[in-house]
Amino acid sequence: MGEKFLMKGNEALAEAAIRNGCKHFFGYPITPQTEVAAYMAKRMPKIGGTYLQAESEIAAINMVLGCASTGARAMTSSSSPGISLKGEGISYIIGSDLPCLIINVMRGGPGLGGIQPSQADYWQATKAPGHGDGQVLVFAPSSVQEIVNLIGQAFDLAETYRMPAMILADGMLGQMMEPVEFPEVVPTPHEKPWALTGTKGQRKPNIVNSLYLQPQELERTIIERQKRYDIIREKEVQVELQYMDDAEFAVVAYGATARVVKSAVSKARAKGIKVGLIRPITLWPFPEKEIAAAAKQVKAMLTVEMSMGQMVEDVRLAANGACPVGFFGRTGGIVPSPAEVLAEIEKMAGGAK
Amino acid sequence: MEPNRKIYLITGHYGSGKTNLAVNLALRERAAGKTVTLVDLDIVNPYFRSADFAPMLADAGIRMVSPMYANSNLDIPALSGAVDAVFDNGGDCVIMDVGGDDAGAIALGRYAPAIARHNYEFWYVVNCCRYLTQTPEEALSVLREIQVVARLQPTGVVNCSNLGEETTTAIVEQSVPFAQKVADLAGIPVKCTAYDKKLAPLKVPDPFPVEIFVKKPWDSAEEE
Repeated sequence: MGEKFLMKGNEALAEAAIRNGCKHFFGYPITPQTEVAAYMAKRMPKIGGTYLQAESEIAAINMVLGCASTGARAMTSSSSPGISLKGEGISYIIGSDLPCLIINVMRGGPGLGGIQPSQADYWQATKAPGHGDGQVLVFAPSSVQEIVNLIGQAFDLAETYRMPAMILADGMLGQMMEPVEFPEVVPTPHEKPWALTGTKGQRKPNIVNSLYLQPQELERTIIERQKRYDIIREKEVQVELQYMDDAEFAVVAYGATARVVKSAVSKARAKGIKVGLIRPITLWPFPEKEIAAAAKQVKAMLTVEMSMGQMVEDVRLAANGACPVGFFGRTGGIVPSPAEVLAEIEKMAGGAK
Repeated sequence: MEPNRKIYLITGHYGSGKTNLAVNLALRERAAGKTVTLVDLDIVNPYFRSADFAPMLADAGIRMVSPMYANSNLDIPALSGAVDAVFDNGGDCVIMDVGGDDAGAIALGRYAPAIARHNYEFWYVVNCCRYLTQTPEEALSVLREIQVVARLQPTGVVNCSNLGEETTTAIVEQSVPFAQKVADLAGIPVKCTAYDKKLAPLKVPDPFPVEIFVKKPWDSAEEE
């Protein structure tokens, strides 16, 4: 750790990726993540990397597929509608067992939606980033500093498990300015014996592909991939618990919403309500065990999201009926206010004390 | 030259503190009894902009001119015809909050002939804590890019150096030589050093203590 700088979330996303050894960016501008591409356009030529503005999001994700096939650290970045366009490519990358980094700075949807912040792509990121049986690692930072800290992990784990990693941010995180410091990192890209680097006449050709001619072979491949997913569910969950030791109530929130909730939880504590915060840092794998344990401890839970309620379904599955799980959300580009969340906490706790 | 109307152009790198400075300057001029128009000329930033403060500024008696779709869900950087009118009837003082870098300052170039007819200040806001403008030379190169597209000559540097919520008196005081160096390289004076008025009064040349208006959604409740 060294000097502190003031950075915009989108700039920090880009700079952290560069510091973690990413030299190849393929993208297409879209608000509110455009500064990622703009930063890459400025910096990549200066470090001997590639910044390529593709003709579309679909082209960009397929360039990532090609680049990742060679074993290089590659990334793309977009916002909600652009991620939908990338869906096919993401599925092909999953099916080809390739590591890469995908950034989604979420805005309002569906359709063209709007350019204000949102968290309405939770289902897309965690359930179906593309068609088929497959997952991507999903990280949900809630500060500019955490963006910086998670980018390196995202690249590392993507390579460990040979799958895409996604940073699921929102417009608020992308656009806001916060102090950050960059940890000293020596990027250590993994050995990639599967990469397409040229046989030099010394080995059999590697094949990167997502087409399997025999259904038995495809099924076997998918089951092997699912075994990797089971290891990830076991080992790679990250979650922050705050004020949970003596909590009688809990609020579950991620990303920028968790910042709003933290503020509301502090106020509720000051009013004598024993409420805690559960903040998933990884959304896939989801902190099922932590939430299941908390559900047995507390009287009720509340999930707060910038959507009509998506993560709340995973919270309910994990709670498995051990406590009631309520929901409060704003959507369409509206960020919930700490006062609104505090009112919901008071309602859950049975009125203001 | 129309000496009775003063025009302030607030330019600088993204996140240097332009909007917060522009809002404070508008309130200061208004408090001094002047009629003030604040123009949000930012065509690049979707959030955190002068237009956010329109109701508060209206209460203070400050006229606000914003891009037509500012803070809407439309990503269309259309400037209103009302911007042209401020040069003729913007009151005693017109403050233009310009978007970041040369990308944002392009919007200024279109008004350069009208601005040049007036008594104007072209301020370049610097923040030595910003990642890509930590050296005076880097800050100067951003100014050069801005002035090319603005088609006007800068008249002064404003030091807004800050590290957001972690700003200390030491950070502000240590930024003074940085701002002076940028100004020396550009051949213009340092106009003032703006800093959060919650910090103790600072021993800096031409201090401008400002209120921090640009906040995150979760900061609002901290102060209730």
